[in-house]
This record gives sequence, structure tokens and C-alpha cells, in this order.
Amino acid sequence: MTLETAIAPRPVSRLRKVLRNSGVTLGGLLILIVALLAILAPLIAPHDPYAQDLTQRFLPPFWHDRAVPEHLLGTDHLGRDYVSRLIYGARVSLGVGVGVVIVSGFIGISLGLIAGYFGGWIDMVISFATTIRLSLPIVLVALAAVAMGGASFTTLVTVLGLLLWDRFAVVTRAATQSLRHQEFISGLQAIGARWPRILFLEILPNMRGTILVVMTLEIANAILLESALSFLGLGVRPPMPSWGLMIAEGRENILFDPWLVALPGAMICLLVLAVNLLGDGMRDLTGEARK
Amino acid sequence: MLSFLLRRLVVALGVAVAVSALSFALIFLTGDPAIAIAGSGGSAGDAEAIRLAYGFDRPIVVQYADWIGSALTGDFGQSIYFNIPVSEIIGNRIPVTLTLGMLAFLAALAIALPLGVAAAMRPNGFIDRFALVLAVSGQAVPSFWLGLMAIVVFGVWYGLVPISGTETWQGYILPVLVLAYSAIPELMRITRSGMIEVLNTDYIRSAQAKGLPTGRVILVHALRNAVLPLISLSAVQLGILLSGSIVIESVFAVNGLGRLAWESLLRSDLPVVQAIILILSLFYVVLTTAADLLNAWLDPRLRGGAA
Repeated sequence: MTLETAIAPRPVSRLRKVLRNSGVTLGGLLILIVALLAILAPLIAPHDPYAQDLTQRFLPPFWHDRAVPEHLLGTDHLGRDYVSRLIYGARVSLGVGVGVVIVSGFIGISLGLIAGYFGGWIDMVISFATTIRLSLPIVLVALAAVAMGGASFTTLVTVLGLLLWDRFAVVTRAATQSLRHQEFISGLQAIGARWPRILFLEILPNMRGTILVVMTLEIANAILLESALSFLGLGVRPPMPSWGLMIAEGRENILFDPWLVALPGAMICLLVLAVNLLGDGMRDLTGEARK
Repeated sequence: MLSFLLRRLVVALGVAVAVSALSFALIFLTGDPAIAIAGSGGSAGDAEAIRLAYGFDRPIVVQYADWIGSALTGDFGQSIYFNIPVSEIIGNRIPVTLTLGMLAFLAALAIALPLGVAAAMRPNGFIDRFALVLAVSGQAVPSFWLGLMAIVVFGVWYGLVPISGTETWQGYILPVLVLAYSAIPELMRITRSGMIEVLNTDYIRSAQAKGLPTGRVILVHALRNAVLPLISLSAVQLGILLSGSIVIESVFAVNGLGRLAWESLLRSDLPVVQAIILILSLFYVVLTTAADLLNAWLDPRLRGGAA
């Protein structure tokens, strides 16, 4: 039990406090909608996102005169229903975001805890590794690594997971340093608790607010990187409906059918904005108030 | 100061060596580079000949020493695709990316600095809220998408700027602004929080109390102290802009390092990719080291302790 929860008078008031933060409410709501789209895609999507119909290519969205009712947002260069592809695209973006953060969070948090707790040469080595990671041009290294590993969803998540751990490490390290000399830790050391237990069961739960904030930031980061890599042709493979890939495919016809590019981009903006709003709101709530 | 300088330079050197080793190791990630170069149509004999020609049969450490030794003299080996020295291909691309990155950085600073200062003057005021909206939305927009939309709107619909290439100076307008956009939020946030912190100190209140004009207090007394964190962030952001221009360069068909790296990756021209990763990483190391030293020179408090 942390100090915060001990002081909080009733759980109800805490929930109300969370809901009163507009960033958390709005961001959370938007993410919930996108997550529902992703999970329920087979039920919601009006068409098969992979089904091609070459007689129905480049149909415009509903606000256009030539639009047809069965394809609300038109069709792409292969006659695939754009609404359905946009809905299924939510799966790729959210899947990458969550998958990457699981990998990078595990690496970064472990390194940060170890560096912050032990200090000395261990800290120096880990800080050095973090500096090296920050010096590498991340988009280029990710592109190269995906090119080597062969473009696929799994490669992408692995590569980004292995690259995006730096912020987790830096934040966890600082938080661990400030907790390590507190009395409850000295007490645990005195009764002979082993370090993995101290780190993961005692120190880690005390910084979950901070870690959640970093997690949202990194999810947003991973979603943006995935879209950029897929746009450059070294992310997920066609015909998978990734928003970044859809932008790349629509690019050739951008002069005549700009919505092919505009719509998936708007979806990326919406999702990343929602995640960032949630993260900023949570940062305000966890005490690191905006100065 | 001298010991700080030395310590910082040793760390920078260590990072540079590690980064060069990583970019060198890239070529071995595929497994056998000789087979990769021979291509799918190559026989075992071809691969063997390539192995000898490129020296892949030697121990890795020797190959690395050889590569980094030549790289230091500006020789990055031969491009597999063009069969001419990598340095020749890269040479005329570096100025393009540097120009793009520097202009974008200056544009970002020109927008972020005044906005951050104005936001800090009246926290939660109109400008502050506008800046916050700009920052939050700015971080959500993928730059390549913004670039494509800008091409459609300003290049095609209004015909104000060329839609691709940088043969004329107008060709730089959109890429610079789109690239700058991504750097604005962080620069603005740190200016704002730095200024708010400084504006609440006693010496600013004394300066205001003795009747100095507000402009002078802000620009001379406050901003000077608020820029310290901005220097480090600027180095980081400039580094990110230089390496991040890869996406923007391919959107706007700018013939810089980033686009070259991307094209070389697609045609498996690994020596070129290696060289570009090394150069971009070294830019970053030099920039951040310079920022640290500059900070230490400006603020003696930073020189002591474990840096």
C-alpha cells in the first residue's frame, strides 16, 4: 500500500478526480472507441478488408457526388472498402503500440531498476548503453533492422521494442535512486530480502504512476514510428491494412483522390492525440503537475 | 573545468567507438554478407570470390579496425550498387541534409522561443492555452502525412511552391517547415517551464521592483538563465532533425542523406547505409558533447560532481 492510497479518503472521490481531468476523460474515451473498433473489427466492418473488386476502384467518400452507399468512405486502388480497411488498421496500430511497450518496457524498467539500485560501475555501464542508444539515428536503424529481418509485424514489434527502451530506463533509474535510501528499503535489506524481490515487488509498485505515463508516451511514439516505417515500405507487409501503408498506397493517386491519404493520416492523428492526452492527464494526476 | 572537459571527452570518444562498432556490425546481421551481395542468382563460387575480394574471410576485429581506420580518413569503401567509392556518393548529399536540418531547427526555434516566453508570462492565459494545443496536436501529427497534405494544399491546389525537389530555394520551404513542426512542441515546453521557474525567483522580482522595463527583465535577466536546459535540448533536437529528415526527404524528393540511406537499403547497398548511420550518430555525439561543454562553461555549478 502506498502513501497516496492510504491518505485517499474514499475510492469514489479518487475516481471523480480522475474523471474531472478532461485530458484523461477525452483521451481515454477516444482510445476506448479505437480499441473497440480493433477488437470488434470483424463485427463492425461492412466488408472484408482484403476483398478486391477491380470494377469498383477509387470510389470517393460519401460527401462526393459519385459516392455509392455501400462504400461509405469509398474504395482504394484495388477496389477494397476503405471503411473496413481503416477499422482493421486500428488493430495494427494498437497491436504495435502495446506489443512494443511490453518489450521495451520490460528491458527499460529492468535496466533502470538495476542501475538505480546498485549504482557504481553497473550504473555507469547501463547509462553508457543508454547514451549509445540515444546516439543512434532511430528511424534509420529501425529501417535497416527491419530490412535485415524481413518486413513483418513480428519483426517490426521486436525491432521497435529493442530500440525504444531508453525513456523507461532513464525515468526508472531516477525514481529508483530516490527510493533506494528510504527506510522501508533499508528495513527489507536488514531482514535479508533479496534484490530481485526488493526491486520488482517493493520499488517498482511505488513508481507505477510514473511508469504508466512513460508507457503512454512510448505507445504514441511506437504508433508514429510504425506508420512512418510502413509508409517507407519497411514496416508491415501489404495487404495488411496499416494506416501508414495505406498512406503509401494512396500516395500515387494523391492528386486525384487526396482522401486516400487524408483519412488514414487523420486516424493516426486521432489515436496518437488520444494517447498523448491520456498521458498528459495522468502526469497531472500523479503529481508531476505541469509547471 | 579541465577535468570535467577531459571526462566528458572520454565518454564521447567511448560512445563514438561503440556506435561505430554497431554500424559496422550491421552488415553481419544478415548472416553472410558475401551471399547477400552475390544475390539470389549467385553461385557458391561467386560468394567465395566476393568473400575474398571484400576481405570477409578475415577475423571480424581485423575487418572492423580496417573499416574504421579507412573511415577516419574519409574512405568508407565501395558502394556495392554503383561500384564507386561511398564517399563520392555521400559527399554531395551531406550539405543538403545539413541545410535542411539547420533551417528547420532555426525555424522551429524562431517559433518556439517567443511562444514559450509569451506562454510563461501568463500561465493559463490565452497564449499559453494556444501553445499547449499546438504542442499536443503537433506531437500527434505524423510528419510524412503533414508533408503530403501540405504538398496537396500548397503545391497543387494553390500552386504556391514546387511539389518536389530542391533545385530552387522555394523547394526548401515546405520540407523545412514540416520538419520544423515536429521539433516545436518540446522546444516550446522547455522554454516555457524554464522561464516560469526563473520568473518566480527573487532576483527577477528585485529587477522588476527597481523599475527595469519588462522587456529588459525578460530578455536579459530571465531568458539568459532559462536557456540552459534549452541548449541541451537544442543539441538533441538538431540531431533528431538531421536523422529524422529521412522521412521528409523521401516525401519531398530531397536528395539528402536520408533519402540516399532509404534507397540504399532497398537495393541492399549496405556500405552506404553503414556510412550514413555512422555519420549521423557522430553528428549527434558531437552536438550533445558540445552542448554539455557549453552548459558547463555558462554555468559553473554543472562542472563539479559526477557529470
